[in-house]
Amino acid sequence: MKHGSSSPIILLLSRVLSPYIMLFGMYVIFHGHYSPGGGFQGGALLASSIILIRIAMEEKVHQLHFNKDYGIPLGAIGVLIFFGVGFIALIMGGYFLDYGLLPFPGMITAELRFYGILLIEVGVGLAVMTILVSIYDNLLEEDDDESI
Amino acid sequence: MKYLTYISIGVFALLLIYAAYGLPYRGDPNALVNQEISLTGTPVASSYYIENAMKDANTPNMVTSVLGDYRAFDTLGEEVVIFAAGMICFLLLNRERKREARKQ
Amino acid sequence: MHWELELVLYIFLVISAVVSLHVKDLLTAVVSLSVFSYILAMLFVSMGAIDVGFTEAVVGAGITGVLYIVMIFRTTRKSND
Repeated sequence: MKHGSSSPIILLLSRVLSPYIMLFGMYVIFHGHYSPGGGFQGGALLASSIILIRIAMEEKVHQLHFNKDYGIPLGAIGVLIFFGVGFIALIMGGYFLDYGLLPFPGMITAELRFYGILLIEVGVGLAVMTILVSIYDNLLEEDDDESI
Repeated sequence: MKYLTYISIGVFALLLIYAAYGLPYRGDPNALVNQEISLTGTPVASSYYIENAMKDANTPNMVTSVLGDYRAFDTLGEEVVIFAAGMICFLLLNRERKREARKQ
Repeated sequence: MHWELELVLYIFLVISAVVSLHVKDLLTAVVSLSVFSYILAMLFVSMGAIDVGFTEAVVGAGITGVLYIVMIFRTTRKSND
């Protein structure tokens, strides 16, 4: 599958649409406490905005947009954020993933649980976004040296 | 052979529609799923979530509170599954890794 | 509640599922599958499960369609079945 399109309509529309999809994904992640949504849906929206640029533009442009070497390490960081929040609560003397014991000063238990949920949603969103983009990249790589 | 497929699909659809008549209506307050006491006489978990989700986690959206707080271990497993899928695609299909494997 | 609207949605759901199974061109099948996912998301929302509908609309109608199209361009477009 060849990268990039020559039609100016597709180039312009993808360039206009992609930041708004990304903004909506951020809204879905960070407003998930008050409206439907959460980490998984917001991460999938962020991934779809990146994949839109990858379909429309040529390879030099979209590697500047999001480098494919960063896919798997950022996904691992997302999983480690989730696991680390649970493990900090375990170290502080509670159960695993018990956000009421996170070491943020000056907050009551309900607020601590609020920010604990927000942290793990950010981790889930980061992991889902990078993993979906990484799956797309790895599926699309051509075997140009099949004969060797 | 093709008609046999259609006939069997139609019979199965009719069977499913007939079975759906036994289900309770959507949002029926008298259905067994929406009761506060289960069949065995113990209180069900969903009424606890409805009463205490706002008090416990300061979160108006109950679904986020259940997914992120009460059932957070489930969400951790889901994320590990997604990460494993990405890792498998990376390990099987990556071009640089294939090229290095051919050189040896 | 609005059972007439839901009946129309159910009919289009069955039509899109049958089209995606029986069409020869795989690209048409993928587009029909995206239509199936989107109608299913609308049905989930009408049943009151907004989060499930949101997930279905984003993942089923967006990401899986893109991944299927990538795999079709990597392999072949015509189905033998």
